[in-house]
Amino acid sequence: MKQLRTPLSQVKGLGSAKEGTSHFWAQRVSAIAMVPLVIWFCLAIASLPDMSFEALRLWLANPVSAVLLLLFIATGFHHGKLGLQVVIEDYVHVHGIRTALIILVTLLAWTLTALGVFSVLRLALAS
Amino acid sequence: MTGVINSAALFLLVVLLAAAAAGPDSYEPVAAIVGSWFGKLVLMAFTATLYYHLCNGIRHLFWDVGMGFELPQAYLSGKAVLVAAAILTGLTWLIAGLS
Repeated sequence: MKQLRTPLSQVKGLGSAKEGTSHFWAQRVSAIAMVPLVIWFCLAIASLPDMSFEALRLWLANPVSAVLLLLFIATGFHHGKLGLQVVIEDYVHVHGIRTALIILVTLLAWTLTALGVFSVLRLALAS
Repeated sequence: MTGVINSAALFLLVVLLAAAAAGPDSYEPVAAIVGSWFGKLVLMAFTATLYYHLCNGIRHLFWDVGMGFELPQAYLSGKAVLVAAAILTGLTWLIAGLS
């Protein structure tokens, strides 16, 4: 049967990307994980007596708080990176800039996750 | 929209934690900013955007399984999300203020 696509469109790679399900699913799973994490985070932050160094140290000395904050940061950046990727794909129309921005967001997400995890561990394990 | 704001908030959170991890001296200026009334307002605003994003996200999850697509339903759930987010934000800071 004759193909309904022009050879040029095939060669240019237009049409369905044929991939994206993993992104879709990862976004939904991280969203589900963020539901309890966000509720915990908002309650925890609001419950702190103040934002002093002592208050933070005391809060993170509790292992449950530290682990939940770790999960909040890591899952948050993963979910955020996926979301920002969609925003960039939707609104940036110059292919080169779009690709560069997505790469930038990816690198930033990982760097900030590493920095966040390290900071939480450092505060939590300090005697 | 709230997703972009939440990403910025998360970035600021990591900056705050990194400053604290570097020691109480490097945390001093950050503590001053976030401890001020302006800082507290920003904190409350971020819990509001987080809660709104959460509620609208759940609305999206319902759409993902094909539920609630009719226009009247969509408008109703849209308003419900705004109300729920406001209630969650208010309750959070009320509970925190009372404990």
